[in-house]
Amino acid sequence: MLAIDVQDLRKQFNVQKNREGLSGALKDLFKREYNQITAVKDISFQIPQGEICGYIGENGAGKSTTIKMLTGILVPTSGHIKVNGFVPFKEREKFVKGIGVVFGQRSQLWWDIGVIESFQLLRKVYRVPEDEFRKRLDELVERLQLGELLNRPVRKLSLGQRMRCELVASLLHNPSILFLDEPTIGLDIVVKTEIRDFLMKINREHGTTILLTTHDLQDIEALCSRVIMLDDGRIIYDGGLDELKSRWSKGREIHFQFAEHPQLDNLRVLTDGLGVSWSQDNELTATMFLPHAVNVSDALARVVGGGAGIRDIKIVETNTDEIVREIYQSGSASSEATKKLGNVVALDKEAHQGNE
Amino acid sequence: MNSAYLDLIRIRFLMMLAYRVNYYSGIIIYAINIGAYYFLWEAIFGEQTVMGGFTLAQMTTYVAVSWMARAFYFNNLDREIASEIRDGSVAIQFIRPYSYLLVKMMQGFGEGIFRLLLFMVPGLIIVCLLFPVTLPTEPGVWVLYFVMLVFSFLINSQINILTGLFAFFVENNEGMLRMKRVLVDLFSGVVVPISFFPGWLAVTMKWLPFQAITYLPSSVFTGRTAGDEALRVLGVQVIWFLVLIIPILLVWRQARYRLFVQGG
Repeated sequence: MLAIDVQDLRKQFNVQKNREGLSGALKDLFKREYNQITAVKDISFQIPQGEICGYIGENGAGKSTTIKMLTGILVPTSGHIKVNGFVPFKEREKFVKGIGVVFGQRSQLWWDIGVIESFQLLRKVYRVPEDEFRKRLDELVERLQLGELLNRPVRKLSLGQRMRCELVASLLHNPSILFLDEPTIGLDIVVKTEIRDFLMKINREHGTTILLTTHDLQDIEALCSRVIMLDDGRIIYDGGLDELKSRWSKGREIHFQFAEHPQLDNLRVLTDGLGVSWSQDNELTATMFLPHAVNVSDALARVVGGGAGIRDIKIVETNTDEIVREIYQSGSASSEATKKLGNVVALDKEAHQGNE
Repeated sequence: MNSAYLDLIRIRFLMMLAYRVNYYSGIIIYAINIGAYYFLWEAIFGEQTVMGGFTLAQMTTYVAVSWMARAFYFNNLDREIASEIRDGSVAIQFIRPYSYLLVKMMQGFGEGIFRLLLFMVPGLIIVCLLFPVTLPTEPGVWVLYFVMLVFSFLINSQINILTGLFAFFVENNEGMLRMKRVLVDLFSGVVVPISFFPGWLAVTMKWLPFQAITYLPSSVFTGRTAGDEALRVLGVQVIWFLVLIIPILLVWRQARYRLFVQGG
């Protein structure tokens, strides 16, 4: 069964336009003008149960808006959503019992009361039986090492401590789907790793479907079997992370450390006709960029055979960060991106409305 | 009822209790207010024995009990709701299987219980010692008054919720909240009893919910309204409580579709 099924989902916002100056303010007083902004533009995707799916994109690409529609907070302008078999915004109270949500930038615990009291309140809100609650809480507390935090008020927790508590809070009622909106934002590497491991375990042991948005691609690499990439409200990639890498990385880089100052011109002559490019990093090192089409051994043979004294060679795959950065940067021309990915994505069904 | 709602009452009560020192000064401020109005009315009455249907003794009691009732039913639900809407944290409330409006009402109720026990009751005792307040002797009046006080709280909270929810429709409803506060104080009869209003305004007030907050219960307490008439004004309160549910639900439904979470 599908955990999440989204068809042609669209969300438009009316944003108030503020005209300039006193006369503008007066005009605004009597006749408001609105800009219509389309944050999510007819996207469709399906997520089967038990999958961990990463949802990435630049700031303002429409990630949070999608999450908010999937969790029943926002009402979509058009399109169909089915999550856990429910239409989120219609049967809200029944629907939310089956999902857990964590917003990295917003606490959902009660600020002034102790952590354990928050959890107790949630138990009552979700009507979890006492013994089941105990069992689950003990397990979660042990996993995330919350032991001594339980009696502290939420406002006295550090960000990392709070985030672990938020995770527990979102899982107390044993939801089958977990939505995480930037769960690792602002956390140090230790806490990040802890949270990733924890999510992996939860997914493996309970079969929890997880959809997470993040700007940290390490989250994606550690957790996700699948990535959905959003740009300007449209899905520009939906598939495996490896595939994303192999499709988008243009090649490898080989770093050479020479015994003496290398002459780039000489190096270019050596590799002439291969289609590689060179750049100088500093006194003794230079980098050769190698498109996938070029054989590594061919290129290396030329350089090594050229008689230059080589101290060290390093072959570097383009990493995900760079790939994604490149996609984001070229993202403004998302038609190009789409073509490149060979995906059939409905393009500009409707031209941008309003001036964004 | 879901026990979570009871818990919300308890938690708000405990939170208020933690900040109880803030309210000690409140008692003094209210006592000063009551004193000022007492001397003012004394001067206005002068030689006269009855004004606007009040004797001076009734007026003193009216002023004292009205202000103390205000100490109980007053809350900041409007501000809380407006700020939660403005900073977007209202979104969190939608992912919980409960009703946001009921949650707010329960929090207000927790605050109300705190205000009743640690603000209104001690305040009233102090005021009774300072000023010539005549308390009703009939137990029936006390019972009726406390029932009406609960409805004062409910109606005032409903008006607060309604004004708070307008934050969904206008970007800044701060001015509206202030206006509402002044209007409620004036039209509910805390500042001046409604029988002192000019004819047309007094008639208008009869058709608005504000009198049900202070004027009606205080009139019962001072003994100006008694017998069947007292039950009739209780009926007026009940009707307003039920009627106000309608606009709240309508606005809430509209708001659901207009929700714009900041920083989307």
